[in-house]
Amino acid sequence: MPLSTQSQTGDDNYVLVASLDNVRNLSNILKAITFKDHAIFNATPNGLKVTVEDSKCLQANAFIQAEIFQEFTIREDSVGFQVNLTVLLDCLTIFGGSTVPGVATALRMCYNGYGYPLTLFLEECGVVTVCKINTQEPDEPIDFEFCSTNVTNKVILQSESLKEAFSELDMTSEVLQITMSPSQPYFRLSTFGNSGNAHYDYPKDSDMMELFQCTKTQSNRYKMSLLKPSTKALALSCKVSVRTDGRGFLSLQYLVRNDDGQICFVEYYCCPDEEVEEE
Amino acid sequence: MDCVVTGGNVKVLAKAIHSLSRIGDELYLEPQENGLALRSVNSSRSAYACFLFSPLFFSRYTIPCGHAFRCKMAIKCVQAVFRSLSSLEKTVEKCHIELDGEKSRLTFTLHCKHGLLKTHNLSFQDSESLQAVFDKESCANMLRAQPRLLVDTVLHFPPSLEEVSVSVSGERVWFRNHVDDEAEQSKAMLTELCLSSDEFDHFAVGAQTSITFCLKELRGLLVFAESTGLPVSVYFDEPGRPLVLSVTDSVLEVNFVLATLSDDSNLRNHNNNNTKQARSPPPPDDFMNDDIDSYLIAMETSELAGPSDAPAPRSPSPNHTLTTQPSVAIHRRRLESGEEEEEEEETEDTERPPNKKFRSLFFGSVCPSDSQLTNQTIKSQEVLASDSDDDTQASLP
Repeated sequence: MPLSTQSQTGDDNYVLVASLDNVRNLSNILKAITFKDHAIFNATPNGLKVTVEDSKCLQANAFIQAEIFQEFTIREDSVGFQVNLTVLLDCLTIFGGSTVPGVATALRMCYNGYGYPLTLFLEECGVVTVCKINTQEPDEPIDFEFCSTNVTNKVILQSESLKEAFSELDMTSEVLQITMSPSQPYFRLSTFGNSGNAHYDYPKDSDMMELFQCTKTQSNRYKMSLLKPSTKALALSCKVSVRTDGRGFLSLQYLVRNDDGQICFVEYYCCPDEEVEEE
Repeated sequence: MDCVVTGGNVKVLAKAIHSLSRIGDELYLEPQENGLALRSVNSSRSAYACFLFSPLFFSRYTIPCGHAFRCKMAIKCVQAVFRSLSSLEKTVEKCHIELDGEKSRLTFTLHCKHGLLKTHNLSFQDSESLQAVFDKESCANMLRAQPRLLVDTVLHFPPSLEEVSVSVSGERVWFRNHVDDEAEQSKAMLTELCLSSDEFDHFAVGAQTSITFCLKELRGLLVFAESTGLPVSVYFDEPGRPLVLSVTDSVLEVNFVLATLSDDSNLRNHNNNNTKQARSPPPPDDFMNDDIDSYLIAMETSELAGPSDAPAPRSPSPNHTLTTQPSVAIHRRRLESGEEEEEEEETEDTERPPNKKFRSLFFGSVCPSDSQLTNQTIKSQEVLASDSDDDTQASLP
């Protein structure tokens, strides 16, 4: 829970200071990756990267570039820490989650370095709340070794149509199968549930399909429980890129526009399900 | 089997399936010469619904030749194909239903906007034929109304209400909630609506009667009828005979057959041909002419003495408080033995609203105390399982 103490004076000791006029530009993105309690923060002069992982099979990253912040000062090349994401979000939304036009909550986030808590100053209409959240030593995020050179298939879709498909997915299915192919069915999402199987096919010439680059036919299954959280990111996004590499690893990249129209990215990496596929 | 539904008809099909889900858990599908029949029945076999889509409903309708094909599947699975009804119209261009005999799968393919194709392969089970035997034309009473009228009527009843009673006379029809005799009398709320015959498109009452049936199933039909705007026809006879709700147009025929509570000691008929009979209910209001006085005594005493279990007999007073209920007059006319009786005058003292307990006597809920009951009521009580211990006859002057 947020700790309310007297505000710290002086910026001298901070290794990271980041300010936002509208805290929602950070909180909304973080909500899209909140499926686990703990998040690894990594700040570089380029901006802030927040990573959440699940059972060593799924990783979600949110990127908020330095340009999004009204102030972004970093004293070191890389600043990293781990915090409880749920607690952080509770603090960021301490003035309530609802949006009232014209009223925005401002954020000033300060970090003193290793061992120090993350200090948040939140202000709305003259009321200031100070929160200090304990930090932990950051775990090393998994490197999925997903590089663009190994990408075999890539499509970019408008999120609108995928949102519909994801909202209708048969949750009784344990896996979500993604098939990408230069020939029919091009891009297919399949579920295998109690009532039977279902397929959602997107043709390559659909007007929802912004980019279609598939070199070989691939069909991979991913645990539905792992991919379900990505629906939050999908809901926020306007475009999504779906890529698979030679090993069947999945990369989903979501283009999110924040309240001010600025672009941020959220990406999900997922390992394929180990079970042998049939057919 | 190979059928294609296009445009707005996809939504009609989806609504039909959602409507059937209010009846039973399984969808019975049977492609027939005269169209595709979708049916459902509830677990107690007291409600049956059939949607028959004529071949003209489809832009393509091919049925398997040779042996008749019948199958059933969990209705939830079919509903999953047609999720988000509101966006169906905007997104789905056509729906293709195909039978894959080899793999025992029924495939629903939705062709949507932007080239998106949704394919659902559902497994099914072979099933027996599901057909209710009923004859609408032979029913004594028939009403036809715009769905809006019926929707507005049932709106007044709480969603939790199980059963509704409908009474008709030559000019009017009353809708009342049916209060179980087991329900606590002090907590029962009675709601009654009266509609006049000119609100209906067609009003043909052969015999004044009152029937009680399950409201949930009526609502199931109304949901469908309202979206299509087609008038609903109601066919019924005396209590115990099934009630048939019907919606038809040139390409579609819908029939909901509901059991009604029977008047006499009929137990449920476990007929193989699924004719509908009701479970043994409390008969609404049966009493002999000469026992009317006893009723009035009972009612008078309970009014004066307050809710008491053992009212003392007093001199009868025919001019007793009975403010509302023209329906009461109807009930009196309808007797188990078919005897007619003179209508007693009642409405006199309109100062006070009728005693709830009194009303419940007439509405068929049996009073807890046996001393208030007359011969006839006790006779009718015999059919009740729950009150079988109330056999003692009250001897009233």
